[in-house]
Amino acid sequence: MDIGYWALKVAYFLLTLGIVTVYGLLLGATIARTMAKVQGRIGIPYWQPFLDIIKNLGKRTAVSHGVMFYLGPVFRIAGGIGTLAFVPVIYGSEMFNNFTMAGDLILAIYFVFFGQLGMALGAGESGHPYSAIGVARGLGQMTAYEVPFALAIIAIVFQYGTLNINEIVAAQQGGIQNWTLFTNPLAVVAAMLAFLGMTMYPPFDVVTAPNEIPIGPPTEYHSSFLAFMATNRAVFAGAKLILFMDLFFGGATNWVEVVIKTWAIYMVAVFVGAAFPRFRVDQSIRFFLRIPTLIGLAAIAFVQIFLVS
Amino acid sequence: MLTKDKSLGPTLPNEGLSPEEQDLFSNARPELYQPYPSEVVEKFINWVRANSLWLLAFGTGCGAIELNPLMTARYDAYRFGFQPRPTPRQASVFMIGGYASVKTLKRIIRSYEQMQGPKFVVALGICPVNGGMYWDSYNTINQFDLYIPVDLYITGCMPRPEVLLAGVLELKKKIKEGRADGHNRYIQNLDWYKANQKRIIKNWNMPDYNW
Repeated sequence: MDIGYWALKVAYFLLTLGIVTVYGLLLGATIARTMAKVQGRIGIPYWQPFLDIIKNLGKRTAVSHGVMFYLGPVFRIAGGIGTLAFVPVIYGSEMFNNFTMAGDLILAIYFVFFGQLGMALGAGESGHPYSAIGVARGLGQMTAYEVPFALAIIAIVFQYGTLNINEIVAAQQGGIQNWTLFTNPLAVVAAMLAFLGMTMYPPFDVVTAPNEIPIGPPTEYHSSFLAFMATNRAVFAGAKLILFMDLFFGGATNWVEVVIKTWAIYMVAVFVGAAFPRFRVDQSIRFFLRIPTLIGLAAIAFVQIFLVS
Repeated sequence: MLTKDKSLGPTLPNEGLSPEEQDLFSNARPELYQPYPSEVVEKFINWVRANSLWLLAFGTGCGAIELNPLMTARYDAYRFGFQPRPTPRQASVFMIGGYASVKTLKRIIRSYEQMQGPKFVVALGICPVNGGMYWDSYNTINQFDLYIPVDLYITGCMPRPEVLLAGVLELKKKIKEGRADGHNRYIQNLDWYKANQKRIIKNWNMPDYNW
């Protein structure tokens, strides 16, 4: 385990990070184009997210509100990169396994929450009242959807007896019938309902709510800060999709499988988003604490009674 | 080498603010923004700015009604990289939709000065040019260029969305050539613009430059 080994691992991780960033931005553009085709338009070009990020980096002025304002996007992108760093992307590959280790499931869940906290601190420092409203709504909603998500994770951990994502993926190999989707469907349903809250598509998009409060927490963010956050949107979305793919849908053994499975998981959120209007924040918190929590508890009971014998 | 041109003048007096509010707002003068030192980088970044125009979703007058069809299926401005943003901090294009009353002008100034970086102003309609239909009104402005620098005029009353699209393409051409420098003109002649603005806006209870 000398310095050469770690340097190689970091280099492979940076390669994975680059691929996931590009894939996340292209996925966002593809989804926007698909929604535009549904509305009868042509839609944005595929390279538009890249141009937006470069344009924001090329702004010649920026206004800062203090140290915490700088740290907001830094924490956010640390959450995104941190989530990706501990989730294996391709099972069985030495190159794209990232830094997976025993107990990395807890670390991945921690990083998912950490990014949002950093954003809350940074947006609160900006002093804009709309940012504060958006942050309060965002944290409330996040706390609510973490409950069914954590219950689903606990059910998975009881079922497979390990906190190592690599071993969870290994237990799902050998055919589609071994996926958690079919061996423990209640946990998958609870986690996918929490996933709807994570992606912040309608009906749970009251956090940014573009027509209500001007864009919510990122109201005061501009120039390079916004470029950071736009990049993070791609990295974080990619990391969450890969995490869900590993835990519930059998992992992947090559990049084509990664693309197809993550696209399919993301389309679930997009389909629900296209059909529903926006919930108020109290409605969305109540929603998560009712049926999805009950489904999560039922998943744990199901695992204890039927699977662990 | 990028240099900061500090010889633009002293700090702003901020007389419109009460003494308690004086230290809550900055009285620094804005600085000219310099192009990138390398010609290739500047041309590339101008091409990127032209293809990623973010419009401030603030409809200041009757021209705003022509902006909504522009985003829908028939004219689809999204395919030109043109999308509306709700906050002036993130926007780079400000469309003055038609007439500007004195009350709206105060808010236009406030929003324009909060926008960042290379920013462009497009004036829709004939009202910003010479007052248009409201040329003899007590409350509207006849020549908008005295108060905010304008990069492109699109005439008409109201111009149809096709004309707006043609105007957007003309603005993109201007940005790519590097001729859209309203931002720098504003900073260079800040005292002249501020004198014009303060002559017409009587209740100036905001800082001289809204950072």
